[in-house]
Amino acid sequence: MLKSFFKIMPKAMLLALPILCWIGSFAAPAWAEEMATAAQVETLTNNLNIVWTLVAAVLVFFMQAGFAMVETGFTRAKNAVNILMKNLMDFAFGSIVFFLVGFGLMFGVSHGGLFGTSFFGMSGMFGSEGGGVEWSWTFVMFQTVFAATAATIVSGAMAERTKFVGYLIYSVVISLFIYPLFGKWAWGSLYIDNGAGWLENLSTGAFCDFAGSTVVHSIGGWLALAGAIVLGPRIGKYLKDGTPQAIPGHSLPLAALGVFILWMGWFGFNPGSTTTGDGSIGRIAMTTNLAGAAGAVVAMLTAWVLFKKPDASMTLNGGLAGLVAITASCATVTPIGAMAIGSIAGMVVVFSVLFVDRVLKIDDPVGAVSVHGMCGLFGTLCCGLFNAEAVLGIGEVNTGLFYGGGINQLISQVIGAGTAFVWAFGLGLILFTILKKTVGLRVSAEEELRGLDLGEHGMEAYAGFQIFTTE
Amino acid sequence: MKLIIAMIQPHKLPDVKKELFAADVHKMTVTNVLGCGQQGGYSETYRGVVHEVNLLKKVRLEIAVNEDFVKVTIDAIIKGARTGKIGDGKIFILDLPECIRIRTGEKGKEAIG
Repeated sequence: MLKSFFKIMPKAMLLALPILCWIGSFAAPAWAEEMATAAQVETLTNNLNIVWTLVAAVLVFFMQAGFAMVETGFTRAKNAVNILMKNLMDFAFGSIVFFLVGFGLMFGVSHGGLFGTSFFGMSGMFGSEGGGVEWSWTFVMFQTVFAATAATIVSGAMAERTKFVGYLIYSVVISLFIYPLFGKWAWGSLYIDNGAGWLENLSTGAFCDFAGSTVVHSIGGWLALAGAIVLGPRIGKYLKDGTPQAIPGHSLPLAALGVFILWMGWFGFNPGSTTTGDGSIGRIAMTTNLAGAAGAVVAMLTAWVLFKKPDASMTLNGGLAGLVAITASCATVTPIGAMAIGSIAGMVVVFSVLFVDRVLKIDDPVGAVSVHGMCGLFGTLCCGLFNAEAVLGIGEVNTGLFYGGGINQLISQVIGAGTAFVWAFGLGLILFTILKKTVGLRVSAEEELRGLDLGEHGMEAYAGFQIFTTE
Repeated sequence: MKLIIAMIQPHKLPDVKKELFAADVHKMTVTNVLGCGQQGGYSETYRGVVHEVNLLKKVRLEIAVNEDFVKVTIDAIIKGARTGKIGDGKIFILDLPECIRIRTGEKGKEAIG
């Protein structure tokens, strides 16, 4: 019965095909004519932008999974539940707080370019300004996942020793105003024209940070630095004479999976920041990918020369370093420029990890400060060096120093990146010190040795497996 | 010859190792074990359900020594592992009739050292 069905099928399809074509030849011209009206083209374009931006938002959301896997993999098995919970809960708290307060501060009507004053809880957002009702939903969703990305960077640097309650409070505060206010200064006009922030109106030209090397990554990275300093190093990380010890992560496969997931998410993070479904997204995907690739290659080579072996954890960090660095300038540099930026970032990240670990003696288990802070800073400056708008045919003049654009853009970049450091690192020190003095920021030594999974959550990540807890 | 077996808290292993090296004891076997003693267990919760964990994670050290090294080894283990709290562990000492180094075929005192 089934056999004969399959025998007949191809013949039936052969018959059906010309009939369908015949029907189509009547329908097509009429349909095309209808679509040609301007209003409908606009609706279609608008819907295309919405679809692309929401797809990108979903990709950026999945970066949460990437962060969770990278951070779990680079830390010990006895703290896996804790780091997963931190990654889950900073997204959950952040989403709610950003919707209620953060978005309004970031994109509402601007008060002197310093903070937004409207759209709290999306109230009053459904007028025609800012692109209409449908666009509002999409835009808030897209910005929410960006805010959550900044928040989740910090958990890695504070891994394996932070009190869960203290971390939860931090995650609310960053999404409440630390991220949104700097976001207002740099990106305020993205939603409505009278939302512009002061960094967009610099006399040397608007601060350039297309998808957030500074706004997202450096802000997260500098907060991470403040957190790691206030917390102090993990037990056993430094000997009495200050010699750093290796505390190997428990799963390089998870860490690698996380890096691949993050890399994939970046195809939403950077090309999605156009919030426009046009041809530029392919170009931005290219510059993004080339920078990540160059970052991984150069970090591997640097580690190979320094440590005599191609260190996997450094190479994974290197890919992320390239991606973080290209984020600011992904829309305005050539492919060659992108590879140059990624390559330098790959070197910066290795030396930065060593510098933080050996010279500053700050314990950052996953390299978050180096990847997001340092490479975010470097990438932001790269706008002033590598921007080639005229070469790409998207602007009148190149603003990058290396392309004859003079020094003005670079000055704007220094102002923006410097402000971000003072803002995030300064507030971070204050916030974490207050937490330390009140609810407490660090678990007891006994709990740290036994693992935060048992101490904070009363459960194990790998029940049924025997995990070494000898350090 | 004696075989010294010590059960210690996992997180004291680095300290014990340091003390043993300082006392010139460089050869040992370390195993991850589960066990229970005076310390009692603790309770975990999983999806709201409490379950008691009676067998705790411990580390087992095995060190074969000549007679003149018995006391230094024991002292080093105690120095590294003692906190004064219940759960610090125990040391067992057994007579060891023979020891053979596989590579050379040496026996007894030479093989241990």
